[in-house]
Amino acid sequence: MKLLEYQGKELFKQYDIRIPRSHLVSDIEQAKQAARKLSYPCILKSQLSVGGRGKAGAILKCKTESELVPKFNELMNKEVKGELPTHILIEEIVDIRGELYLSLFLNRSKRCYSLIASAEGGVEIENVENKVIIDVLIDRLSAETAEEVAHKLKLRAKTKVSFTDFTMKLSKLVREKEVELAEINPVGVLNDDSLIALDSKVIIDDNAIFRHPELKKYEHISELEAQAEKSGFSLVELDGNIAIIGNGAGLVMSTLDMVSYAGGKAGSFLDFGGSATTETIYEALKVISNIKRINAILVNLFGGIVKTNLVAQAILNAYNNNLICVPVFARISGAESEKAKEILKGTQAKLYDTVEEAIDAMVKEVSR
Amino acid sequence: MEFNKMDNEFNIFDILIGKESDEDYKKKPVIIQGMTGSYGSTHTRLMKAYGTNIVAGVTPGKEGQSFEGIPVYNNIAKAVEVSGAKISAVFVPAPFFLEAATDALDNGIKLLVAIPEHVPIKDSMKVLEYAERQGARMIGPNTPGVIVPEIMKVGIMPAQPFRAGNTVVFSRSGTLMYEVSYNLTRAGYGQKLCLGVGGDPINGTNLIEAFDMIRNRQDVESIIVVGEIGGDSEEQLAAYLIKTNFSKPVVAYIAGRSAPKEKRMGHAGAIIYGNYGSAESKLAKFAKADVPVAKRPSEISKLLAVKLKK
Repeated sequence: MKLLEYQGKELFKQYDIRIPRSHLVSDIEQAKQAARKLSYPCILKSQLSVGGRGKAGAILKCKTESELVPKFNELMNKEVKGELPTHILIEEIVDIRGELYLSLFLNRSKRCYSLIASAEGGVEIENVENKVIIDVLIDRLSAETAEEVAHKLKLRAKTKVSFTDFTMKLSKLVREKEVELAEINPVGVLNDDSLIALDSKVIIDDNAIFRHPELKKYEHISELEAQAEKSGFSLVELDGNIAIIGNGAGLVMSTLDMVSYAGGKAGSFLDFGGSATTETIYEALKVISNIKRINAILVNLFGGIVKTNLVAQAILNAYNNNLICVPVFARISGAESEKAKEILKGTQAKLYDTVEEAIDAMVKEVSR
Repeated sequence: MEFNKMDNEFNIFDILIGKESDEDYKKKPVIIQGMTGSYGSTHTRLMKAYGTNIVAGVTPGKEGQSFEGIPVYNNIAKAVEVSGAKISAVFVPAPFFLEAATDALDNGIKLLVAIPEHVPIKDSMKVLEYAERQGARMIGPNTPGVIVPEIMKVGIMPAQPFRAGNTVVFSRSGTLMYEVSYNLTRAGYGQKLCLGVGGDPINGTNLIEAFDMIRNRQDVESIIVVGEIGGDSEEQLAAYLIKTNFSKPVVAYIAGRSAPKEKRMGHAGAIIYGNYGSAESKLAKFAKADVPVAKRPSEISKLLAVKLKK
């Protein structure tokens, strides 16, 4: 679960990591009040989960109240990488004398955490030459290690002390909230050498959220995703018109790729997991039926574990109950496939032995 | 058969089926933790039918019962004591995985096959660290398990796709492991071993470690790597293939070439951040290691045929 900036900063605050004064607003009246409280100039930050907000113009400085209205409206209507905000964070401008970079993230191949720090903050860390990277065990990160990093960054004595403290607080947060990635870019260096988090990027381990009911409120999944999750499915909404359903994340991903090679555009990715019964397939079709832009459904099931007649029955039921009215292209080679073909005779569903054949037929028909 | 045994080499075949001189060759005992649940019981039956020597099940509070003639115990200590098993397949739900796995490692289990999906990363890391200390190995979590075709399987894979042979399949995805193995089988390439490394960000046995298990075996002819977007284990393996001068044919496949960034594609581990975890990065590293990457699963056996001819 990727937190929005303000959510990450709420966590920072809980861990005594200093953040600028700010207010979260969703309409112009709230915005005016907030800006008055903070005093001008202030910063308007669109609360989006996508990266690169600065470059996309989703963060604006605001000098006067007369600037506030147009800028607020601009941000509320600005879509960045397909995402529109529901909230704007209005933040005070902090007087800083330098910027640093700090992150702690799960290093998957080394199976530990890595700490990255740099004395050059505010730019994408991939483009920074001078950075310190060390591998740490997150439950055993010592103040000595943090001091060593501060030393390597050549910070001045007082900033070193602040940096160590700041890093220890962040590592506590990462450990306790089961965070996969916590990045603060930039970390502002204040004139008194204390540090302040000017941005936040925090990703929490989805599989650990059951242990953190306090983080539940940050979940921002769509109604459809919630419905899918309840049935034990993984659903990813995409922007095309073809729904892809299958058993297994890898299989559905590979189907998505093949649809894309064939010139089709996927509108959703649905993995219904291991067991393919009439009920689960029907449930999956039900989820898909809520996506309006879908005009074809591709089903890719690996045979051997699936009785294809059960799948066919689910598709037939979905047509009979008017749950779906778009054509289904299914690759369900496996036991009982002749029976399956018989069941679906006279419907808009077509069965194929290979997924390639199903995709070719589908893309031809959809693009007609 | 001769092996150039490395110090850090974990001989999966010795653990799973043993040596020909062993009294229980091909019949190494296996314990199932969570055997009486619906998932555990279904697959216990299927594993047994395949030839796996399942000797005990563990479900707290159900000692004295039996399933398919296999006795159930309250705890793994007893199950190990009675059976002497060193392999355990864990079928408990994710929130109970840490406890079940720790118990297993405390009681002499040397190969832990971690089936459950949705295990928190923190728990996987704890188990992994403990397994290392105990000289044990974990496969998974979120894995279909491991199969030595036509001999035994520890996991949830169907039997039908697999045939005995000389190819090894390592896969981050369950269903793709079946799909690819089935394709290989039909093309005449049986498998020596198929192992699911798991779809999570943290793998008990990662691709490099899996590769290390078989890289010096003379009875392995080729390796198929079924990867996907997310992380950099394919990149690491590609570099390792170069470093170890591995000369046998390796063919790869990467699922998720068209997946959008920053979206978790079903598996907890299948997510791209920036360039980290992207298909392009993996393709580039495999190209350097002279490993052809199939565009679709059905292409793998064709690429393998070409590689084997060279």
